[in-house]
Amino acid sequence: MLEILANSLPQLAEGLKTTIGLTVLSLILGTILGIFLAVIRIYGKFPLPYLIIFYERVFRGIPLIVIFFLFYFGLSLQIGLNIDPFTAAIFGLGLRGAAYQAQIFRSAINSIPEGQMVAARSLGMSKLSAIRNIILPQMLRLSVPGWSNEFTIVLKDTSIAFSIGVIELMRQGRYIYVNNPDYVLPVFLFIALIYFIMVISANKTLSYLEKKYKMSGFEIGVER
Amino acid sequence: MHMLEVKDIHKSYGDLEVLKGISFSMNKGETAVIIGTSGTGKSTLLRCINQLHPPDKGEIWLDGVNITDPKIDINKIRQKIGFVFQEFNLFNHLTALRNVSIGLEKVKGFTKEKAEKKAIEELKRVGLKDQAKQYPAQLSGGQKQRVGIARALAMDPTIILFDEPTSALDPELIGDVLDVMKSLAHKVAMLVVTHEMGFARNVADEIIFMEGGVIVESGPPKQMFQNPKKARTKEFLGRISTLYGKD
Amino acid sequence: MESLPSLLDGLYITLILTFISLIAGLFLGIGLALGRVYGGKIVSAICIGYIEIIRGTPLLVQLFIIYFAFPSIGITLEAIDAALLGLSLNSGAYQAEYLRGSIQSIPSGQMVAARTIGMTKLQSIKNIVLPQALRISIPAWSNELIYLLKYTSIVYIIQVKELTAEGKFIAAETFKFLEIFAIIAIIYLVLTIVFSTIIEKFEKKLRIPGLGEKAKIGLRNAL
Repeated sequence: MLEILANSLPQLAEGLKTTIGLTVLSLILGTILGIFLAVIRIYGKFPLPYLIIFYERVFRGIPLIVIFFLFYFGLSLQIGLNIDPFTAAIFGLGLRGAAYQAQIFRSAINSIPEGQMVAARSLGMSKLSAIRNIILPQMLRLSVPGWSNEFTIVLKDTSIAFSIGVIELMRQGRYIYVNNPDYVLPVFLFIALIYFIMVISANKTLSYLEKKYKMSGFEIGVER
Repeated sequence: MHMLEVKDIHKSYGDLEVLKGISFSMNKGETAVIIGTSGTGKSTLLRCINQLHPPDKGEIWLDGVNITDPKIDINKIRQKIGFVFQEFNLFNHLTALRNVSIGLEKVKGFTKEKAEKKAIEELKRVGLKDQAKQYPAQLSGGQKQRVGIARALAMDPTIILFDEPTSALDPELIGDVLDVMKSLAHKVAMLVVTHEMGFARNVADEIIFMEGGVIVESGPPKQMFQNPKKARTKEFLGRISTLYGKD
Repeated sequence: MESLPSLLDGLYITLILTFISLIAGLFLGIGLALGRVYGGKIVSAICIGYIEIIRGTPLLVQLFIIYFAFPSIGITLEAIDAALLGLSLNSGAYQAEYLRGSIQSIPSGQMVAARTIGMTKLQSIKNIVLPQALRISIPAWSNELIYLLKYTSIVYIIQVKELTAEGKFIAAETFKFLEIFAIIAIIYLVLTIVFSTIIEKFEKKLRIPGLGEKAKIGLRNAL
């Protein structure tokens, strides 16, 4: 058993790198885009908020695997954009994540008292400056619980990139057991353990950050 | 033989000894009122009697049965001991009628029709027949408490324990609840923790004054109110009458 | 257009997978939640362990273990059965957490009052706590239904012929991925909207009159 795992380790390490890369890059894309979507949905002029509502509806209403297929088989192969599976997966996870994160950020902004904006404007700040200096810093702090939930969801959902041929943890596991059918159970249990450890440590780290950056006296939980 | 006999009850939570040897007894149909400042173990005593919080030491006898005996089926005993809560604790998902009938059905094994028929009778008794179909959240505090009393009455208890039944009510709603309790006097035994001195004076057969986990003094209302033996009792009654008024 | 019949076949499998695993997950979830809240030390620890392991690993890993790895210890399942088992075991863990949140949001006085009229602990849970907890869980349950609807799509990877798999098969033959998957995306979108509307109606109907509270439970990625 240990020998099996020792033999598989280099391959699994390669897969793990890809899994972490997918997670981090798509979270960055999703967070940045999500912030823009949330801010424009609340402060944007007609018809921008409606376009964003539509965007959120669509990306939250269809399965990730369908998004992957549209991006990779549709846009990349059929239309000929020629993006590799890894990039397609980042865009799929990132654009879908943005739809969820926009919701997290929006409810965070909505929980900030209106007086904050009014006070900033009365100091002579422009609307943009008030959003950047007063609203966003508070929004980010209030979003940590929702965001950490999103983090673990994205981490687990990178496994679905298997379906468009990204060589992440799951696919490495599949390669290993196709060559050595006896390895199947230990290898996948080990992969499960890797995910489990990552999810648990991500939760622990983020809840530590949540406590650290909490605005004292402002213990508002953000509901998903 | 007394109907209820409480013998040397002790109860601690961690290092805190809340009850330090409580003994008293009650006869059938009698009303006893426990008075005293808050935090002297009055509610704990009630919860020891129906074994929600079993006492650490001492015995409780009800109708000649030692109900602190660990071999006894406490769920059987609790049917005979009604309990009315300060915060009502009506079942939120059930109508007033079902709140009263569910115990009859699930605990006493009545059929649904029989249980609801009896429940209607009990609601009539507390003046809430018209509210039978309403849910707790649709009732006023006073109405909720009367449903709570009907729920306890439905089980045909030998005694009902009242834990500050009017403390959570707006002043103008207290009267209705006290009237219902008054109407029960001598029909069922009642052990009442309350600050309503008017009720204590007019309805109780016995007043028990508790402080610091012990019974300081007890006796009939006349003696307790007009001629208390202990200085502590006199002081407490003096303070409470300035707080809550003479009646 | 000629692809429609096979898409409908796939849709049928998708709906079957969704509803069966939702119901099976509900029963498992009730058991786990009650075990976690009311069980003794050992039972509660087992329930927590199960819930944390399932929630801490991807559904796809769970499906791979059940479908590809179980045969090596002598348990061989048809793809559809493996999918049903995997989805139900997964959903059970999440539903248990929603339900636990609901159970713990019910004031302790409800249980105490039930015990004072002579109900046993089991009777109190069955007649008083659970009916209230289940009602409070309906929004979370609707969330779970939509989650399952979307995530049944990944059982395509273990060769179950549900909606996505049928679509992939047709698209691979015609190389019309965009068209076919746009149709499939619309089917999922319509279903999510229809389901959430129906459940909202259902929830309003079952709401306890006068009691407007909603449980605050962290939900997973659905709508």
